[in-house]
Amino acid sequence: MMNALNEAAVKNSNLADLYYQMRRVRTFEERVGELFVRGQSAGSMLHLSIGEESAAVGVCANMRDGDTFTTHHRGHGIFLARGADPARMMAEIAGKEAGYCHGKGGSMHIADMGLGHLGANAIVGGGIPAVVGAGLAARNRKTGGVSLAFFGDGATGQGILYESMNMAALWKLPVMFVCINNQYGMGTRIDQATANPRLHERAEAFGLAARTVDGLAVEDVADAAAELIAGARAGQPGFLVIDCYRFYGHARKDKSPYRDDIEEAEGRKKDPVLSARNKLISSGMMDESTLDRVDAEIATEMDATIDFSIAEKEPQLNSMFRDVYAPGEPEPEPVRARLERILARE
Amino acid sequence: MTMIETTYRDALRLALTETMRADENVIIMGEEVGRYGGAYGVTKGLIEEFGEDRVIDTPISEPAIIGSAVGAAMAGLRPVAELMYVDFIGMTMDQLANQAAKIRYMFGGQIGVPMVLRTQGGTGRSAGAQHSQSLEAYVMHTPGLRLAMPSTVEDAYHLLRQALMQPDPVVFIEHKGLYTMKGTLDTDAEPAAWGKARVMREGADLVIVSYSRQIHHALAAADTLASEDGIQAAVIDLRTLNPLDFDTIRPLVEQAGRAMVVSEGVMTSGVAAELAARITEECFDFLEDPVVRVAGEDIPISVSPLLEQNSVPTPELITEAVRMMLK
Ligand SMILES: Cc1ncc(C[n+]2csc(CCOP(=O)(O)OP(=O)(O)O)c2C)c(N)n1
Ligand SMILES: [Mg+2]
Repeated sequence: MMNALNEAAVKNSNLADLYYQMRRVRTFEERVGELFVRGQSAGSMLHLSIGEESAAVGVCANMRDGDTFTTHHRGHGIFLARGADPARMMAEIAGKEAGYCHGKGGSMHIADMGLGHLGANAIVGGGIPAVVGAGLAARNRKTGGVSLAFFGDGATGQGILYESMNMAALWKLPVMFVCINNQYGMGTRIDQATANPRLHERAEAFGLAARTVDGLAVEDVADAAAELIAGARAGQPGFLVIDCYRFYGHARKDKSPYRDDIEEAEGRKKDPVLSARNKLISSGMMDESTLDRVDAEIATEMDATIDFSIAEKEPQLNSMFRDVYAPGEPEPEPVRARLERILARE
Repeated sequence: MTMIETTYRDALRLALTETMRADENVIIMGEEVGRYGGAYGVTKGLIEEFGEDRVIDTPISEPAIIGSAVGAAMAGLRPVAELMYVDFIGMTMDQLANQAAKIRYMFGGQIGVPMVLRTQGGTGRSAGAQHSQSLEAYVMHTPGLRLAMPSTVEDAYHLLRQALMQPDPVVFIEHKGLYTMKGTLDTDAEPAAWGKARVMREGADLVIVSYSRQIHHALAAADTLASEDGIQAAVIDLRTLNPLDFDTIRPLVEQAGRAMVVSEGVMTSGVAAELAARITEECFDFLEDPVVRVAGEDIPISVSPLLEQNSVPTPELITEAVRMMLK
């Protein structure tokens, strides 16, 4: 990994590393789209984080081993930025046994306790209160960890966010709320969902340290996150809003008919990946041909995730009864087995 | 007679449109119901005809969507609150079960809550554990709530129209796998009465009782059994689970002496359990076999299409179950 970057002896450059991470997220998401087009994904409920890479990468750059987090349904980039294996992610998105959750969870329920990923969620706001509990555990067990909830602007419609913020602030927990404001919840623009779109003001009202940052510059996101996460570790929970734009439809089948082309073109100018790339070049930190090689290496890495996920096998049919309860507990009896048992007759 | 070829989705929209034209107190509220046209396209175009005061896009705030529908219903409107997925019903359960369902009773009959909660459920889209469930048992377990689950294009239209005439809260659960189903609709035909089950197929050997998408699986199984085994299975579509029409079930079961209940929702403490218990109690003397439940496995739904498909009854499983019963 990162051969081209090392060659260019820029590994100390923070922006180069942030760029590298963001490009991996972007390319991974593009491959998820391709997996769907090739009919190899498990379903079409795939939510790409293209345009939001700086949120995932800028925040995760400040996380440590032992920190925990939950994500919303648009969480591939966050997990990848936290160190996930993209091949196992892609296999999960394809519903394969080799995936992180053995094909049971899929794109919207990917998780890895080893990396502190307490789970992606298909319930808007569903993963938010868990970080309050995880923060409580970190405090009582003195782990030094923080717990972060990543969610979209749409989740600010959910009452549970406010209950969670209040508890985190009241108990001074090492907790941070990260609101990725991509301006839309499905077809509803933020100003159509709230009379006060200055979302961080709500967090202030609860006593959290709150900021809004423009997601165009990943270093700005990283700096803001550094400050708020440091505060959270010290018992001052934080709330960070990252302003960005959802480049494509809500999920794979949505062509965004509710917004016009001019708006989309404008929105896509807010491209954190391109912006970081241009800055690396213009500041002389890296030249274009080196960056092209970096991008090509990433493309090769991510292409392989598609081949891997397609080649991997489906889960075993009887695996569906596994993990309803703890290992060693009796599994639920399959309907067919039950019928055979009760209808068995001479 | 106005016969039209249409789909389950369009029939639902027609029911909403006609009712809204006839009664300006009918409003629709929910996530993405307006500009987006509904997550599954049911309310497409309605905001253009009826305006933003009657087709209301809400924030992602399920408890307040259902709760404000309760208040609107008490204050003279007739709201249709859309819950995008039945899987989110847990979030709204207080407003539904403690408020909507109990207001008439707690307040001594002073007022009812004439609202419809429209939602959809079921498997079929690899939508995973939180977007594929069949949670009708939660509703059926709550006195005060009516529950309708259409299986056909005709019922998509007629049952929704009838739901919008009920004096009490109705939970109306569509199946995501049926929206594109085609059928013929006669909008002028006298519909089957609200609360009446429908015999979809006659048969003297056993009675299969079901509802929603599983009706189609049961009918497919009955066809296979007739052609390959010479077994004649009757199929009854419950249409509404509350009211529950036992009068249609009883004589057929007494005649056949065997009954099977098929549901997509999980087996344990589910709709099939309730029906099996009732059939056993009421038809005990006529039964030659235990009443058999063929229902969803007692597990969450996986995203893997293979696991998903095998988590709920298939026509093959129903066919096999009947063969086991009658062998
Ligand atoms: C409780 C709940 N309500 C509704 C939905 C349907 N839904 C899925 S994503 C979404 C929009 C979420 O918007 P936002 O939180 O801004 O996240 P984004 O999709 O923009 O990343 C909606 C309404 C859901 N999954 N869960
Ligand atoms: Mg959003």
